[in-house]
Amino acid sequence: MNDRYNIHSQLEHLQSKYIGTGHSDTTKWEWVTNQHRDSHSLFIAQHDMLSYFALSENESRARIKFNFLERMIQPCGPPPERMDTDD
Amino acid sequence: MYFPGGKTPDVSNKARTYTSIMQEQELRRDQRGVEDKMREKAKTGELKANGSDVTVQQKKKRRWDQAVEADANNQPTPKRRIDAPATPSQASWAETPGRIAPDATPGSAQTPGTVRHWAETPVHVSAGSMTPGREPTTPGHSGATPSGRRNRWDETPRGTGETPAHSGWAETPKANRAGEDKIEDTPSASVSKRRSRWDETPVTAGAMTPSMTPGAHTPGGGTPGGFTPGGAFTPGGATPSGFTPGGITPSGVTPIGNKAMQMATPTPGQLMAMTPEQMQAFNWQKEIDIRNRPLSDDDLDAMFPEGYKVLQPPAGYVPIRTPARKLMATPTPMMGGTPGFKMQGTPDHQANKDLVVDMQPKGNLPTLKPDDMQYFDKLLVDVDEESLTPEEQKDRKIMKFLLKIKNGTPPMRKAALRQITDKARELGAGPLFNQILPLLMSPTLEDQERHLLVKVIDRILYKLDDLVRPYVHKILVVIEPLLIDEDYYARVEGREIISNLAKAAGLATMISTMRPDIDNMDEYVRNTTARAFAVVASALGIPSLLPFLKAVCRSKKSWQARHTGIKIVQQISILMGCAVLPHLKSLVEIIRHGLQDEQQKVRTITALSLAALAEAATPYGIESFDTVLKPLWKGIRQFRGKGLAAFLKAIGYLIPLMDAEYANYYTREVMLILIREFQSPDEEMKKIVLKVVKQCCATDGVEPQYIKDEILPPFFKHFWNQRMALDRRNYRQLVDTTVEIANKVGAAEIINRVVDDLKDESEQYRKMVMETIEKVMANLGASDIDSRLEEQLIDGILYAFQEQTTEDVVMLNGFGVVVNSLAKRCKPYLPQICGTILWRLNNKSAKVRQQAADLISRIAVVMKTCQEEKLMGHLGVVLYEYLGEEYPEVLGSILGALKGIVNVIGMTKMTPPIKDLLPRLTPILKNRHEKVQENCIDLVGRIADRGSEFVPAREWMRICFELLELLKAHKKAIRRAAVNTFGYIAKAIGPHDVLATLLNNLKVQERQNRVCTTVAIAIVAETCSPFTVLPGLMNEYRVPELNVQNGVLKSLSFMFEYIGEMGKDYIYAVTGLLEDALMDRDLVHRQTAMYTIQHLALGVYGFDCEDALNHLLNYVWPNVFETSPHVVQAFMGAIEGMRLGLGSTRVLQYALQGLFHPARKVRDVYWKVYNTIYIGAEHAMVPAYPRMENDDRNTYMRYELDYVL
Repeated sequence: MNDRYNIHSQLEHLQSKYIGTGHSDTTKWEWVTNQHRDSHSLFIAQHDMLSYFALSENESRARIKFNFLERMIQPCGPPPERMDTDD
Repeated sequence: MYFPGGKTPDVSNKARTYTSIMQEQELRRDQRGVEDKMREKAKTGELKANGSDVTVQQKKKRRWDQAVEADANNQPTPKRRIDAPATPSQASWAETPGRIAPDATPGSAQTPGTVRHWAETPVHVSAGSMTPGREPTTPGHSGATPSGRRNRWDETPRGTGETPAHSGWAETPKANRAGEDKIEDTPSASVSKRRSRWDETPVTAGAMTPSMTPGAHTPGGGTPGGFTPGGAFTPGGATPSGFTPGGITPSGVTPIGNKAMQMATPTPGQLMAMTPEQMQAFNWQKEIDIRNRPLSDDDLDAMFPEGYKVLQPPAGYVPIRTPARKLMATPTPMMGGTPGFKMQGTPDHQANKDLVVDMQPKGNLPTLKPDDMQYFDKLLVDVDEESLTPEEQKDRKIMKFLLKIKNGTPPMRKAALRQITDKARELGAGPLFNQILPLLMSPTLEDQERHLLVKVIDRILYKLDDLVRPYVHKILVVIEPLLIDEDYYARVEGREIISNLAKAAGLATMISTMRPDIDNMDEYVRNTTARAFAVVASALGIPSLLPFLKAVCRSKKSWQARHTGIKIVQQISILMGCAVLPHLKSLVEIIRHGLQDEQQKVRTITALSLAALAEAATPYGIESFDTVLKPLWKGIRQFRGKGLAAFLKAIGYLIPLMDAEYANYYTREVMLILIREFQSPDEEMKKIVLKVVKQCCATDGVEPQYIKDEILPPFFKHFWNQRMALDRRNYRQLVDTTVEIANKVGAAEIINRVVDDLKDESEQYRKMVMETIEKVMANLGASDIDSRLEEQLIDGILYAFQEQTTEDVVMLNGFGVVVNSLAKRCKPYLPQICGTILWRLNNKSAKVRQQAADLISRIAVVMKTCQEEKLMGHLGVVLYEYLGEEYPEVLGSILGALKGIVNVIGMTKMTPPIKDLLPRLTPILKNRHEKVQENCIDLVGRIADRGSEFVPAREWMRICFELLELLKAHKKAIRRAAVNTFGYIAKAIGPHDVLATLLNNLKVQERQNRVCTTVAIAIVAETCSPFTVLPGLMNEYRVPELNVQNGVLKSLSFMFEYIGEMGKDYIYAVTGLLEDALMDRDLVHRQTAMYTIQHLALGVYGFDCEDALNHLLNYVWPNVFETSPHVVQAFMGAIEGMRLGLGSTRVLQYALQGLFHPARKVRDVYWKVYNTIYIGAEHAMVPAYPRMENDDRNTYMRYELDYVL
């Protein structure tokens, strides 16, 4: 019984260990950046997806793959200026 | 781990521990210091024997027998009470109810002239407050009279060592008085309780001060007035002859003065000396005393109406006292006090309450245990922290942390642990260890508490790092003894601390700290040091320690150093096991020369170290030992006795490392010596020889023929005798070795030699033979046992079995194993065996009957193999007749035997027929004994499973009712068997009646019962298909009763869990019910419904039930904000189920609504939901994320998703 409580009370902590999870202070930029990275990694991983994008952009698959990898660095551009409001 | 040949001192020898040795030394230093100081004082004239007290005493002396109304307040206040405030005011004395104040004079101080007070206050003698000085005033309650309490005092002599306990006042306190004066003066509990703690700050002021002014205590310091008439302050007065049961022999010495005073008031210091039970009893009696105290004038004034007045007693009135009592009433003046006499004043309420020390310190701290008093009593004093010096503040802070860690609740403990770790450097190593180490040495420390403190040390060591260096020695003194503790976990924790200490302080510090102990004269110190070094080696790596070890092992200074050095190697190999392999060669090189040392002990430990190294290295590394083989083999020819034993042991461990060829050669070499030593009378040698024989015989290179010819004859001659069976360890070792030999030479060879001994007259020896045969046959089977041996074997076993006087499991197991391995070949003997069993089933002794029944269940399978069904039928009938057995253990075994027979013979052929057997079992189900319940329910379940058709449905219903009771059982196996049996019965007689019974049971109060019932319903639903159960179950939901409705929901939850994808047929049926449950106000309704939905959603995954699921999700979702842990868990479970059953996209759409909600509380939970689905289905969410518009700074669009070809 007690164990289950504990596991559960630690659920958030456990989740926070994964990249891509969020919390109540996650900003739009962080969230969308993660979305982009997830998307690109998925596109790269899926053979058919990659072919589809290559065909659409009239590029080689390797080029598309490279672009996606590059784009994962800052997919949405630089983070927004931090606003100095402490809630 | 111990190597018997070694010089390891006995662990259990607690008489002298490392710490106590160190502390004795320190103590001696202290003592010398104090003596010096006294001598100096004597020179300067400051030292005087309390002269003022003497004069006062003389002045007052004549007053002791007068009934004077003396005002105690105008008495001089000699410094008699050491732990009292400067002026021992009346109030402080009055705090002890029922105790006569030692400075008392006849006639109450507060109410002079009220004779009423002569009536004795009923006084309870409680442990801590027991003073010899008080007893005389309460003759009726002297130590001899109270009945039960006396025991407690004998039990816990500690702390009351100064009190003459129940022997009463007449006897002088024993050892102290008669013995040396010095000890007498430090009678505090802490001393008698734990002598290892002398060097600590004494807890009670009274404990220490007197020793500083010994003048006050020399017999001369007490004037004659201080003694009872006839008392002599000589050891003679302490003879037990002075003690009579009445406690009134005048020859005794009334403990006086400081001694009496010290025990007077239970100060915190004294309370600490009590055991918790004493403490409780003390508190209880305190309360009773307060309730039964005599009425004071104020009380009487309050009770009586106006107009009463206090009369003077008649002038000639003298209270009646028997002579004995008069004697008892002899004043107990303290040294220099008035030899007068006084009743204690009526204790007032408030003072009494304060007396029981509040064990709860202020400021959100956990309660103290009585044992904690001496460490944490400062926390009980309320002080202004600001007024303390920084050091005191630190100490107090540490004390608070430690108390929280030791006694606090888990969260409290966790926080304190974190804080003390964070602040470790700021608090400093000194103050921290000054408090932790004494605490860790406390003998009353519980395992859990020790573990916590070890954890504290671990953490702060990391933080303190090199700051710890000055304290390394102090820590080691405390921790090293842990390394040889009997308790495994204590040893592990000791290792952990030392290893962390080594990491923090560094190798250089560790070596320089422990170096002096390496050639300490005390073996104990060397032993613990060796172990500590081994731990350091494992923490910092063996290579770093090698140069040091090399130097130590070659020490020219003393053989002790060499001995310790080699012992370190031994301990390293024991501790690290195969991790020594990379360094094996260098380790062997380091200790090699020890084999030729001129000191026998060094040679022995070297051989033992080699044995340990070889054991750790098995089966590799023989090449590293090349250099020691020759000296070892030379050694076994050279030496005798202990040295030889160690050498043999080393060889025993080396032989398994060798190639077959070498092993064969060396075995032959060593075997000559071994066979010679077979006849050694030395127990240690015997054990080692047996072990080495075992190791030699297990090696590949040793030929069976060689063993048969050379080893077996002397082996059996010398070892297989009755004497070997007597010692437990010899017994084990001999059995193991013989089994190992049997593996080589075959079962028949060995069994042939021992089988006749099954009829030996010594029972213990027969048992050893039986155990050997059992193990040999379990390993090797019965294939090479010929028919003659088989006959002998059965004959012997039957004899041994019948002749046993103490029925234990060895004979039973042996019998079972032999019969099972002979299997079909048993057939001719079975009638005889069964005859024995039947005869023993009828025995007077319950144990015998139980064993016979157990034997049936073990050989039932063989009886079937031998096709002795008739015999089994007969046994069945007999067992059936014995079902009236009254001993539950036996009844359990009989049921087990029946079960064994039913299992192999089948339901149809069973005699007695099942239809007769089962009704007989029904009443037995009522039996409350666990073994009976378990065996009975197993048997009933078996019958319900396989042979339900033999029993009328009515009988099954009756059993159903009995089974409900079994759902209350403590043992899970019983509850599980009962629940499963419901399933079988429902299958047999249809679900309706069973279901009705179970549904009714949902109304009971007891939760466990209801839970089991819901499980049973779910099982019934599973075995009889849900559609037979669901209508009735859902109908039951209409009962407007919380427990029933929840039970129904829970049954549904279990049911959907069990039926899995079959749930797709029922989801639409239950949706309405779940809707209703999810709209209920009751939290548990919603929680259980959500669990149900979780299982349901998982079950219907992939069966197109999204519409129903989405509908249910709409009802589940509002619970997102619930905070109760169970509900939160149920909600998350349901969400996870939905993620699968409904798809993560839909759940994401729900979660998106709140991710950026203005209220943090909302965002918190919604992100939690988001994270849950994100972790579960990260990629599945890629197409489902909402479309984001770019702003002038960032591109949020995922353009790729807009491509259309």
